[in-house]
Amino acid sequence: MAAHAGAKALTAGAGSRPREPRRKAGEARRKNVLLAIAKHSVALFFVVVFVSPFVFVLLTAVMTQQQALSSRLWPHPFQWSNFAEVFTKVPFWLYTYNTVFYAVLATVGVVLSSVPVAYALARMRWRGRQATFLVLLATLMLPAQVTIVPLYVVFSRLHWVGSFKPLIIPAFFGDVFSIFLLRQFFMTIPEELVDAARVDGASEVQIMWHVIVKLAKPAIMAVALFQFLYCWNDFFGPLVWSASNTHMYTLSVGLTQFTATHGGTVWNLQMAASLLFMLPVIVLFLFAQKAFIEGVTLTGVKG
Amino acid sequence: MVTDRLTVPAERRALRRRRSRRHYLTVSMFLSPWVLGFLMFVIYPMLASLYFSFTHYDMLSQPQWVGLSNYRFMFFNDPLFWTSLRNTAWIIAIGVPVQIVFAILVAMVLTLPKRGRGFYRTVYFVPAMVPTVAATLAFVFLLGKGGPLDTVLGFVHVSSPLWFQDPAWSKPGLVLLSLWGVGETMIIFLAALLDVPAQLYEAADIEGASAWQKFRHITLPMISPVIFFAAVIGVIYGFQYFTEAYVAAGAAGGTRDIASNLGYPLNSTLFYGIYLYQQGFAYFHLGYASAMAWILFLIIMACTLVLIRSSKHWVFYQGGFK
Repeated sequence: MAAHAGAKALTAGAGSRPREPRRKAGEARRKNVLLAIAKHSVALFFVVVFVSPFVFVLLTAVMTQQQALSSRLWPHPFQWSNFAEVFTKVPFWLYTYNTVFYAVLATVGVVLSSVPVAYALARMRWRGRQATFLVLLATLMLPAQVTIVPLYVVFSRLHWVGSFKPLIIPAFFGDVFSIFLLRQFFMTIPEELVDAARVDGASEVQIMWHVIVKLAKPAIMAVALFQFLYCWNDFFGPLVWSASNTHMYTLSVGLTQFTATHGGTVWNLQMAASLLFMLPVIVLFLFAQKAFIEGVTLTGVKG
Repeated sequence: MVTDRLTVPAERRALRRRRSRRHYLTVSMFLSPWVLGFLMFVIYPMLASLYFSFTHYDMLSQPQWVGLSNYRFMFFNDPLFWTSLRNTAWIIAIGVPVQIVFAILVAMVLTLPKRGRGFYRTVYFVPAMVPTVAATLAFVFLLGKGGPLDTVLGFVHVSSPLWFQDPAWSKPGLVLLSLWGVGETMIIFLAALLDVPAQLYEAADIEGASAWQKFRHITLPMISPVIFFAAVIGVIYGFQYFTEAYVAAGAAGGTRDIASNLGYPLNSTLFYGIYLYQQGFAYFHLGYASAMAWILFLIIMACTLVLIRSSKHWVFYQGGFK
């Protein structure tokens, strides 16, 4: 390919220009092509690294049970019915419903409660604002383990343990990470827009709703996506609060139970179930990629 | 003007006071969700767990004051506490640097090709989207005996370690798992790498700097704030490491009762968070679990402070970086 490109460069420039520079241009071009090939080879190597686990998971998901235990890599025969069997072996629909229920309600709660807090921290002037923000950041350092035991005591007195209440109700009281992310974004909205609205006599609620929320839609989308994903993936929360109430298992917890109830692991079904579990979030990511990547960048670079 | 100032001030001051009172009312209204949540779900539980840490408590009877006995037991009579602390130190001291180096490496690979960068970025990022439980189960299988990695290594006559079945290899297995999901860290590094002004490299080229010199004296200092950020987050999360270890031990152990598998094999994956969970929610030693939680909190704070202190010596902030 490189030689071909070089030859083409030679014939294209024939005639008009002196010989020496023409050969140099051809060489430079050939060098560039070789360099590009080298660069893409390195990049493709990492494509293989990152993609191969998916490939093997998929291949195993359509194997028979015996074959999944053998060292054969290619399924023979392809047993697509594994995906259907996942739904009959465990209450997969119930787990899915629970996961969506938790993720949607908690996301709504976090967004509704975090936007005003972030607005007050980013765009209103009041004494103690900086100190409050530092306290808020400090709670990011607080391990969940410190609060979980007393919360367990309180929630079990309220008979909330074994229900979704401990997972959903606290979400309506703001989430520190989301507040932080929204505040960072709100800070980038020009002060003049807010001031102009104030001069026009808009109330703070109106400014937040009509100016900030409108302009910060991508950031709010990102926060909602992060929260949804967090809940979708959350294992510790549902594990502790379900307290072995199998009716409120989410997919995360249900998937590990799937291993245990069959004594040893039925790997072909386990891989099929894992694939079904990861598929929605991967599709979500492919559709909302821009919001994701901007959100991730915002946490790191502006932090 | 002058008369204004002499005659109206009382009225005006009252107006301003009313306005500022209204202003503060609005501020507190906006803040109220978080403030209430902070009091109910952070401050109260923190104080309660501090109290529990000085008691024996199992939820069946009232907490019983025992002074420092939980702490004494932890430090002097509980070898598993030290095992869990050592395992956690391992996953932080080895896992976090390895992950940061790998993230930088992959991000640098992403800066290479001019065309197709978006495609490569998407592919490298997707594993980070896979739910932790699914990814962990997949890796236990992929690295398992007779699994795909074992088979592929067999083609080139290399014998694969037993990974999650072998106490010496279970933690490296978990590090591999974290490298697969390196996406988020990688994206942050990629943004930082693309932010490095091209003139710096051009100037270095004129001076005849080697690739390594450019990396060492331009790239590294310019991305050091992101390294710092990744290190802080890595340490904070590392101390709370839970899901991967819990699921891997359960799947590799392979018996019905997952709780009895915690730490499998041979306590090599008994991390601090796992042991705390076991004490609190398998044995209901709530007093002891609370004491462990407070020690964890103090350790995290100390490590974060040390990192922040040290950052003065190695983190380079460009003008305008907050």
